[in-house]
Amino acid sequence: MSNGNTAISIDSIRLNSLEDLNTLRQNIIDKHDPNKPEVLICHGTGCIANGSVEVIDAFKKICADADIDAKIMPGIKATGCQGLCSKGPLVLIKPQGLFYQKVKASDVEDIIQKTIIKNEPVERLLYKDPKTGKPIKTEEEIPYYSLQKRVILKNIGKIDPTSIHDKIAVGGYQALAKALKTMTPEEVVTEVANSGLRGRGGAGFPTGRKWQGALKAVEKKGGPVYVVVNGDEGDPGAFMDCAIMEGDPHAVLEGLILGAYALGANKGYLYIRAEYPLAVKHLEMAMEQARAHGLLGDNILNSGFSFDAQINRGAGAFVCGESTALFTSIEGKAGTPRPKYVRSVEEGLWGNPTVLNNVETWANIPLIIKKGADWYSSIGTPKSTGTKVFCLVGKVNNVGLVEVPMGTPITKIVDEIGGGIPSGKPFKAVQTGGPSGGCIPNKLKDTPMDFDSLTDAGAMMGSGAMIVMDEHDCVVDIGRYFLRFLEEESCGKCIPCRLGLTKMREILDNFSAGKGKIEDIETLQSLAKAIQDGALCALGTSAPNPCLTTIKFFKDEYLAHINDQKCPAGVCKELITYSIDPDACTGCRSCARLCPENCITGKKKEPHVINADKCIRCGICLETCKFDAVQVN
Amino acid sequence: MDHQVEAIDEILEHYPEEPEFLIFLLQDIQSAYGFISKESMQMVSDYTGVPITQAYSVATFYQSFRLEPIGEHELRVCLGTACHLKGGQRIVEELERKLNIKAGETTEDMMYTLDTVNCVGACALAPVLLADEKYETNITASKIKKILKKIESK
Ligand SMILES: Cc1cc2nc3c(=O)[nH]c(=O)nc-3n(C[C@H](O)[C@H](O)[C@H](O)COP(=O)(O)O)c2cc1C
Ligand code: SF4
Ligand code: FES
Ligand code: FES
Repeated sequence: MSNGNTAISIDSIRLNSLEDLNTLRQNIIDKHDPNKPEVLICHGTGCIANGSVEVIDAFKKICADADIDAKIMPGIKATGCQGLCSKGPLVLIKPQGLFYQKVKASDVEDIIQKTIIKNEPVERLLYKDPKTGKPIKTEEEIPYYSLQKRVILKNIGKIDPTSIHDKIAVGGYQALAKALKTMTPEEVVTEVANSGLRGRGGAGFPTGRKWQGALKAVEKKGGPVYVVVNGDEGDPGAFMDCAIMEGDPHAVLEGLILGAYALGANKGYLYIRAEYPLAVKHLEMAMEQARAHGLLGDNILNSGFSFDAQINRGAGAFVCGESTALFTSIEGKAGTPRPKYVRSVEEGLWGNPTVLNNVETWANIPLIIKKGADWYSSIGTPKSTGTKVFCLVGKVNNVGLVEVPMGTPITKIVDEIGGGIPSGKPFKAVQTGGPSGGCIPNKLKDTPMDFDSLTDAGAMMGSGAMIVMDEHDCVVDIGRYFLRFLEEESCGKCIPCRLGLTKMREILDNFSAGKGKIEDIETLQSLAKAIQDGALCALGTSAPNPCLTTIKFFKDEYLAHINDQKCPAGVCKELITYSIDPDACTGCRSCARLCPENCITGKKKEPHVINADKCIRCGICLETCKFDAVQVN
Repeated sequence: MDHQVEAIDEILEHYPEEPEFLIFLLQDIQSAYGFISKESMQMVSDYTGVPITQAYSVATFYQSFRLEPIGEHELRVCLGTACHLKGGQRIVEELERKLNIKAGETTEDMMYTLDTVNCVGACALAPVLLADEKYETNITASKIKKILKKIESK
């Protein structure tokens, strides 16, 4: 993957104090003319997949060739995910703050000629209000953004993540410099504890308490102590940690250094998922730049405190997101979980006290130190403070990253920020927490998204994926999907997890084939109980959640599969047939050409028919038909 | 001697001779050659001091390691949750039919390897297919036809 930014030269001026940092910051700000045009092109994974690299190249080429006055020659910046991925590639034009969506390389000439040279918007690229169709010019006016509270995401999409100077200009490393100068390590721990911050990796364990536990362990048995970033993001449908690492790597790094100072650690690790090469690259660059500036390595900011970190890339095992498995993997071994008779804050990496926190948890630390625990705990609910970044995906109009205060109701996120589902009907369910979480039905749409309310509903915060489902999504199928995923990812160490999950999945396979029996539901529930009681790690103990919540909230749909051999959502292949509505079919032959079994026949421009005996229900005709003529029965 | 072994010293030199660097070494060899040969496994085992059986247990535990050569083109279909809901499985099956192999296999002519992954971070554009390193988004059966054609005409 190519990065859109030209390599920045690292000014290897070592900073030796908070004053040095402030001077550098002032210099950067003074050099930057806020009235000069600037083009910010999204270079997050979603927009790259949508062709943003070509857009960046086009800007560079056209600006170099065009006859543009030096005074208005735009700066070109590739940023992290700007948030509304489904409308990408996104381009933000400063100083007007114009928000352009679905920008292609062929639009760049127009943007230069109209917006940069003549200061006029390119109408067709503006966001349109879905209700009125009226164009909206700036990000702040678009409900998707105006209804959010972007604290962690504040700089993502606005700065060049490969430039430490961009980060310093927006206040990067202020918290670190402040802590080193004015706070003792104990005070940092206390501030984090008072903020009420709870881990964003899923379980919601109070971060301050974890740190205090590690300090006690060090007191008892002596150092060394390690700090570790969990960037494994194994939940198969979530990319918020990816976006944070790619778009604001210095935030994670600054948090980690602060944690190291608080705990007295001299060595840290960042364990990053194998599928995130750009996150690895940006963090590597961030570390190199921080070292050159005296913000990482020996004698940080001349304070006498030294700390360095290394990156370990994951190798594609979901279970390695679990704390003890992650440590085993860093040690170079097969990452299977260990029993936690002793907590990992006491015996973690190489048997030493270790603090492991999630990417987003670490990114919260500099904010807490900079703005204080009181400010932080004023956001969110009393028991879940701060904001949470969610990854809103599935059958929803606005797909992307959403940050809101903890405790925001599901309906506000899905129906207001997300703009509802494409068909305009109410959503059917929202799956939260990925493979450890659950499906929350529309009737509970007022449930606040915070740790405890979700657990009470039988779901889980998890890392923050919110997958919106509509009436064409089958709950038995989604239950099967997660069970199969976990069955494949189970390390196989303990029998309830290894065999129990397979057995549960087989029962759901039978349901979706119309071969289920009513007693099977009880069998599922007792298997679930055995796994919850007997599994060693949380992969196993939380694995039954998706299946159990769907039984709890969608029993009728299960019964339709079992008693009537019907899949109401029209998903389970063995319970459906396809046919063509003769009134809607135009005889365009698109489906007939693509059908792998050649079982669609008919004359051109006349209604076609599907031969049900030969049909393998692959669904290609349904996906292909532009006239909604293919029906699922 | 296979071609991996000739250049492997250069990769080994990057890391200290410690067991904790086993995974780093396997990752680097794989990104250089697409898979890890028997001889390479032996050399990494000797270098890090990790017994060969244990080195294999690590290499087979993690899904990203391959011990067999892969085809010239690698097609990876995303089966993360968003892609699953939007028909990722349909894409896998269509490719299985078109290439006449199952997911996880390589065609006999060593042209294609078909695989699945769990989320590549582009969920907004589901279903997603990674054709070599290129993201192909909002995949449909007719797009598959075009993608295969494009690869073959190269
Ligand atoms: C099977 C399994 C997978 C996990 N995957 C992740 C992950 O990908 N990222 C993460 O931050 N935490 C993950 N966790 C949670 C971690 O074990 C751990 O609780 C967390 O990283 C602690 O950080 P926090 O307190 O900041 O949340 C996983 C847990 C289990 C049981
Ligand atoms: S519960 Fe499952 S994943 Fe966890 S240790 Fe046991 S077998 Fe392995
Ligand atoms: S990747 Fe561009 S908006 Fe998310
Ligand atoms: S689920 Fe396929 S890209 Fe995320």
